[in-house]
Amino acid sequence: MDDVSHQVSARETGEQAIIAKLSGVTRDYPAARGAKPLHALGPIDLELKQGEFFSVVGPSGCGKSTLLDILTGLSPPTAGTATFEGKRIHGVPDGVGVVFQEDATFPWLDVEANLSFGLKQLQLSARERQDRVEQALRIMGLVGFRSAFPAQLSGGMRQRVCIARTLVTQPRLIVLDEPFGSLDQQTRLLMGDELLRIWRETGATVFFITHSIDEAVMLSDRVGVMSARPGTFIDMLETGWAQKRDSRNVADPHFGKLTGQIWGKLRGEALRQMQLQNDVAL
Amino acid sequence: MRNLGPPLIFLVLLLLGWDVLHLQIANGSISSPREAGARLVALMSGARFWADVGETGFAFVIACLLSIMFGVLIGVGLGLSRLATEAFEPILVTFYSLPKVILYPLVLLAFGLGASAKIAFGVMHGLVPMALLTRNAIAEIKPVYLRSANVMQLDGFATLRLVLLPAVLPELVGGMRIAFSLSLLGVLIGEMFAAKRGLGFAAMNAMGLGDINTILAIGLFLGTFSVLANVMMLSVERSLRHVHSNSVTQAA
Amino acid sequence: MRPPGLLAALIVFGAIGLLETACQTGLLQHSVVLPPSEIAASLWNILQSGAFNRAIFLTLSNIFITAALAIFFGFVVGVLLHSVSYLRAGLEPFLASYYAIPTFIFYPVFIVLFGVGSASIIAISVLLAIVAMITATLSGLDRIPIVLRKTAKVMRLNTLETAVSILLPSALPYLVTGARLAIAYAFIGVIASEFILSGQGVGYAISYAYNNFDNQTMYGLILLIILIVVGTNMLLDAFDRRQPTQTARNR
Repeated sequence: MDDVSHQVSARETGEQAIIAKLSGVTRDYPAARGAKPLHALGPIDLELKQGEFFSVVGPSGCGKSTLLDILTGLSPPTAGTATFEGKRIHGVPDGVGVVFQEDATFPWLDVEANLSFGLKQLQLSARERQDRVEQALRIMGLVGFRSAFPAQLSGGMRQRVCIARTLVTQPRLIVLDEPFGSLDQQTRLLMGDELLRIWRETGATVFFITHSIDEAVMLSDRVGVMSARPGTFIDMLETGWAQKRDSRNVADPHFGKLTGQIWGKLRGEALRQMQLQNDVAL
Repeated sequence: MRNLGPPLIFLVLLLLGWDVLHLQIANGSISSPREAGARLVALMSGARFWADVGETGFAFVIACLLSIMFGVLIGVGLGLSRLATEAFEPILVTFYSLPKVILYPLVLLAFGLGASAKIAFGVMHGLVPMALLTRNAIAEIKPVYLRSANVMQLDGFATLRLVLLPAVLPELVGGMRIAFSLSLLGVLIGEMFAAKRGLGFAAMNAMGLGDINTILAIGLFLGTFSVLANVMMLSVERSLRHVHSNSVTQAA
Repeated sequence: MRPPGLLAALIVFGAIGLLETACQTGLLQHSVVLPPSEIAASLWNILQSGAFNRAIFLTLSNIFITAALAIFFGFVVGVLLHSVSYLRAGLEPFLASYYAIPTFIFYPVFIVLFGVGSASIIAISVLLAIVAMITATLSGLDRIPIVLRKTAKVMRLNTLETAVSILLPSALPYLVTGARLAIAYAFIGVIASEFILSGQGVGYAISYAYNNFDNQTMYGLILLIILIVVGTNMLLDAFDRRQPTQTARNR
């Protein structure tokens, strides 16, 4: 009911529809043995627009991954509501794909089997299955590596496999948690370009978590800046990039302006977070 | 030890289970924990028992020291040379999985009846795991440690003493724990069929007489000793690792 | 690139050659050590005559039963301990010191429980072998990356699908190592029990031959055991190598 009226009104006003929505979302960790209760996140309010590329930057430990867990339904919020396509999120909803920071390839399967594993749950004909795998192999440049095992691939190639394994399910929302965190800078830039291309070609909404300000600004339509723990959004910037863009926009003066603006907001938060973590360690 | 509760509860359950076995299943032909405990106390007040303990203990200490010493030497040799590893590791691994009792006739031929044969048997059990674990510890030293030692201009001996040894020490202690257990096992098995003294012989003797009470008493003694020794070594190992848990996680 | 094990095989053959020369030149007395050629001939005779066929069959089938029981129940107990942390905390100190206790001395207890014969030997040997499997199962389950469990959730697999298609394959290398150890301990347990305690099987035959100064039979049977162990190891190695390479993976 609610989502139907919402979509209609969005179409009527000519605005982009909302694909996912968080309202008043928080996460507390109860007191464990020898530890005080922890207010880790929120309150967070966020509306993800259909088809946008949205990034979150924040100091490490601010609750970015907790936010991801809530948005993808991997774990529920303590308070507040999370919806995807108008429905309350309970468990991972159909249409959401996740790429993690850690290597999540299955080392016992070759690349092709890794991709088709993602389709196991979908009722597809063998033909359709094969088509989708071939397409994802092609998009991610993995055709020549279809029968390689993950251990034979570099970190960057393994992350491609993870992205491809997400793409085969044709998700409407792709959530990425620092997917290029363990790659070198140049590979990161190129992988960013590929991600932009996939985003344009599939029309999916992208929710991208990173600690790299450059990466967030270079890739996104909109960047959410998070505070130190408990993480909340302290700023929300529109980058204003054209839809057709790539990593060369780092040479644009606008890029420097935006990153400078974000760092201005973030520096104090990063310092505060560092202090928090030292307090915990000592 | 961090938490003594669960192991103690398990111990109580073990004794209860033993008691149930005594009462129900075997119609009392298996003595109860109390009887075995009383038997152990009686044994421990006699001179014969301590003579056996001394006999076994002597052979065990020598076997354990030899296993550790030569195990470390062989492990270092393997760790430093790929060729040596390729040549000897498969042989050591096969030897480890061999039932070593069948080689006992050969050990007797080489050493004759007596303490040296028992010691040799203990070393045969303890040496190989010590060597293999040492080799693994050396193989896993990060190359950057050696390069740091170079930058700090440490000479060879200082590098060994200040960098390499501390780097492998936790693994070495882990290896020593295994060598400890297995060389004790080797010595005891050796005593069971080629000695006239020692705890292994005493157990074998009791077996021949069908004296289950004494067997259980000796088992109780050995079990208590090795569990306590292992718990001690485990806590040394933990404190050497300088971390509270294996995973120092970094929240993203 | 040399094929794996080639160098080791060369060394073993070299050692056998040296032993043969030492025996043939009289450096080692014939009454003490037989030359390898004679040992091999003796083994050939033993196998041809079939005099020990029953003993060999009995020993091997006991080893097989022991290994199967230890692997199955070791896995089950490992999974149980992994899922109930209180149980695990209670048992772990005992698992760590388990191998110092010579299980063999409890043979009379098992005779009371299971009677004289194979059942008692199998029980003792399972007790010896199962701990290796339990420990390996625990470390395999411990090392399943959290991200794979999360991936299973994202793919919306149910508990059974997650266990079968993600957790099990991820822990498999450790389980295989545990199974190999359990097999090794099954050999050690069964043959040692026969040798020390019982009146049956190859282990007993070796002990009997030794006590009767029957060097031919003794050395022949020792060689037989060594060959079976080496053969089993090589077979399992070959099986291991057929698994996809899972090592060299950053955590």
